[in-house]
Amino acid sequence: MKKKVSVLSLVFMLVMSVMLVACGGKEADKPADANAPASGGTEKSSVAAAKERGKLIVGVKYDTNLFGKKDPADGQVKGFDIDIAKAIAKKIMGDDTKIELKEVTSKTRIPMLKNGDIDAIIATMTITEERKQEVDFSDVYFEAGQSLLVPKDSSITGIQDLNGKTVIAVKGSTSAKQIREKAPEAKVAEYENYAEAFTALKSKKGDTLTTDNSILLGMQKEDSSFKLVGGLFTDEPYGIAIRKGDAEMLKAVNETLSELKSSGEYDKIYENWFGEKPQKK
Amino acid sequence: MLQNILDIWSKYNGEYVSGLITTLQISVISLIASLLLGTVIAIFCISPFRMLVIIGRAYVEFIRNTPLLIQIFFFYFGLSSLDIQLSSFVAGTLGLTVYTAAFIAEAIRAGINSIPKGQMEAARASGLTYIQAMRYVVLPQAFKIVIPPLGNQFINLVKNSSLLGVIAGMDLMYHADIISTNTFKTFETYILVGVFYLTITVPLSILVNWLERRLKRA
Amino acid sequence: MDFIGAYSWPNVRYLLEGFLVTLEVAAISIVLSFIIAIVFAIIRYMKIPMLSQFVFLWVEMIRNLPLLLIIFFVYFALRDVGIKMEIFSAAIAALTIFESAMISEIIRSGLMSVDKGQIEAARASGLNYGQTLRYIILPQALRRMVPPIVSQFISLLKDTSLAIIISLPELMHNGQVIYNSKSTYIIPVLLLIAIMYFVVNYALSIVARRLEHSR
Repeated sequence: MKKKVSVLSLVFMLVMSVMLVACGGKEADKPADANAPASGGTEKSSVAAAKERGKLIVGVKYDTNLFGKKDPADGQVKGFDIDIAKAIAKKIMGDDTKIELKEVTSKTRIPMLKNGDIDAIIATMTITEERKQEVDFSDVYFEAGQSLLVPKDSSITGIQDLNGKTVIAVKGSTSAKQIREKAPEAKVAEYENYAEAFTALKSKKGDTLTTDNSILLGMQKEDSSFKLVGGLFTDEPYGIAIRKGDAEMLKAVNETLSELKSSGEYDKIYENWFGEKPQKK
Repeated sequence: MLQNILDIWSKYNGEYVSGLITTLQISVISLIASLLLGTVIAIFCISPFRMLVIIGRAYVEFIRNTPLLIQIFFFYFGLSSLDIQLSSFVAGTLGLTVYTAAFIAEAIRAGINSIPKGQMEAARASGLTYIQAMRYVVLPQAFKIVIPPLGNQFINLVKNSSLLGVIAGMDLMYHADIISTNTFKTFETYILVGVFYLTITVPLSILVNWLERRLKRA
Repeated sequence: MDFIGAYSWPNVRYLLEGFLVTLEVAAISIVLSFIIAIVFAIIRYMKIPMLSQFVFLWVEMIRNLPLLLIIFFVYFALRDVGIKMEIFSAAIAALTIFESAMISEIIRSGLMSVDKGQIEAARASGLNYGQTLRYIILPQALRRMVPPIVSQFISLLKDTSLAIIISLPELMHNGQVIYNSKSTYIIPVLLLIAIMYFVVNYALSIVARRLEHSR
C-alpha cells in the first residue's frame, strides 16, 4: 500500500507539470480572452504598443493612501503615483486621459509587468538589485525609508524594541525582507496588501506595521490613533518599473521625470499630496 | 527546473515542513470539532422540536450558501472589531469548523434519515428514551453510512485550510507565498507545495474509496 | 458597528459592481467546466484507452489540490513557462480547471449508477449504443446528477471569492476595499456580502430541489 502511494505521488508530480502546461494553453485560447489586451512582450516597444492601443496601461496601487487609493464613492483612483502616471501618459500619448489604471499589489506587480498586462509599474516600488534582474527601473522619483507604525499608546520606539513582537508586513515587499534582517527576533506576519495589513494592525493582529514611511504616513492620516516611530532605518528609493530592455519606454519615462522636476510641476504634485515641499539633497 | 525545485527545497525545507505541520494540525482539530458540532446540528435538524429544527436548518442553509472566506474573515477581522481578539490559527480553525460542520450535519442527517423509522419506534417502544435510542440504535448504524462522505469532508478540510494563507496563518500555502515572492521562482515553489498537498490528500482519497467499496459490499 | 455609514449608496453600488463580476466569472466558468466535464466523463465512461487513464490521473490530481493553489498556479506560475493570462481569464481558467474535474466525477458516477442489465436489455431490443445512451442511460443518470451538480455550481459561485488573491475586482475584493477604510464597517460589509451570496445560492438550491421532484 505504502509503496503504491509513493509511486502514485511520483506519477502525479510528473503528470502535473505536463498537463498544467497543456491544459493552460488550451484555456488561454478561450473566448473569455477576447477582450484581453494584446500583450506587447519584450520584442515590441511598449510605447508603440500603447500608441496603437490608444492608451497607456499603468499598474498602480488601489489601497495606498496618498500614492494610489481607490475611492468607492466616485470610483476614481487618486494619489501621487497616479499624478506621475498621468504626466507620463501626457508625454507619450499627448493626452493625460489616454491612460488605463490597473490594480497591482506588491506581489502581483512584477508578474503583471512581465506578462504584458501593464506597460509600467508606478506603485511605491523600491529599486533593488534583485528586482533589477527582473525589470528595468527609471530614475528615482521618490525618496522613502522604512519605518514603523504603532498605536499611540505603544511602548515600541524603534527596531530595538521588536524582540518577540509581531511585525505586520506585506507579501512581496522589500520591508518584509529587511525587517527579518534588522530585527531577527521579531515574528513577521505577511498579508496580501497594505489595506489588509493596516486592517490587521487596527485589529491588533500585530504590534506594529512596517513599510515605507510615505505609505505609513498615508495610513496615519486616515487614522490618527497611530504614530510613526523608529525614524528611517533603510533607504527606499522609488522607481518606475518597465519591462527589461524596453529602451524607448525607459527614455520617455526618464525624460518626463526630469521635465517635471525642472518645470516645478513635480514640487506642486508633491506638495499637493504630502503638504510640504520635497527636501533637496 | 528540477534543479531549481531541489534548490528551493534545500533552502526552504524548514518552512515547508513547519507549514505542513500547521496545515495538518488545523485540519485535524477542525475535523474533530466539526464532527462534534455537525452531529449536534444534525440532531437538531431531525429532532421532534420545531424550534430546534428551524435553528438547525437555518444554520446549515446559511453556512453552506456563503463562502468560507467570509466566515474566516468574520472570525479574524470581524470579531476583532468587537474587541474579541483571535489569532489566525484560532480564527482559521473556527471558520473551518463552522463551515465544515454544516456539510457534516447534512451528511449525518441524510445517513440518519436512511435508517428505517421503524427502528426508532421499536427502540422507543422497548423503553429507551429518545436520546438513548439515538445513541445506541440509530447513530451507530448511521455513522457507517456517513463515513465515506465524512472522509471526503476531511479531504476538503485539508484543501480549504489553504485559505489561512490569506490571514498569515503560517500554513503550507502561506509559506509557499512567502518563498515564491522571495525567490521569484513561482512555478517551482508551487509545484513543490502542490506535491505536499497531494501527499496528504491522495492517500486519504484512496482510503475513502476503499472504505466506500468495503462498506457497500458489507 | 456602523451599519448606516457602511451601507451608504456609493458603498452598496460598489459592492453590486463587484457582485456583477462575481456572477459573470461564475457563469462563464460554469458553462466551460460543464462542457469539459461531460467530455471527461464520457472518455472515462467509454473507457477510451490511454485517454481514459490520462483523464483519470488529471481529475484525481486536480480534485486533491486546493483551489487557491490552482488559482495561484494558473496566474503566477504558468507565465514562467510562457502561458500568459490577464486576471479575468486566469480566474475563469483556474475555476474551470478545478470545477470541471469535480463535475466530471459527478457525471461519471451518475452514468455508472444506471443498472447494467437495463443497458443490455436496451441493446438486445435493437437500440444502438447512441440510442441507448440517449433514451435509457442519460434520462436516469441526469436525474441523479442534478442535485450534486447544482451544489457544485453553488460551490463554484462561492469559490469565485478566492480570486481576491489575484485582485479580481469581485464582491469580496470590493468589500475589502470598503471595510479597510474603517474597522466599524467590517461586520456590516461582511454581512451584506454573505447575504448577497446567500440569496443567489439559496435560490439555486431551491431550483435544484424543484427539478429533482418534478421529474
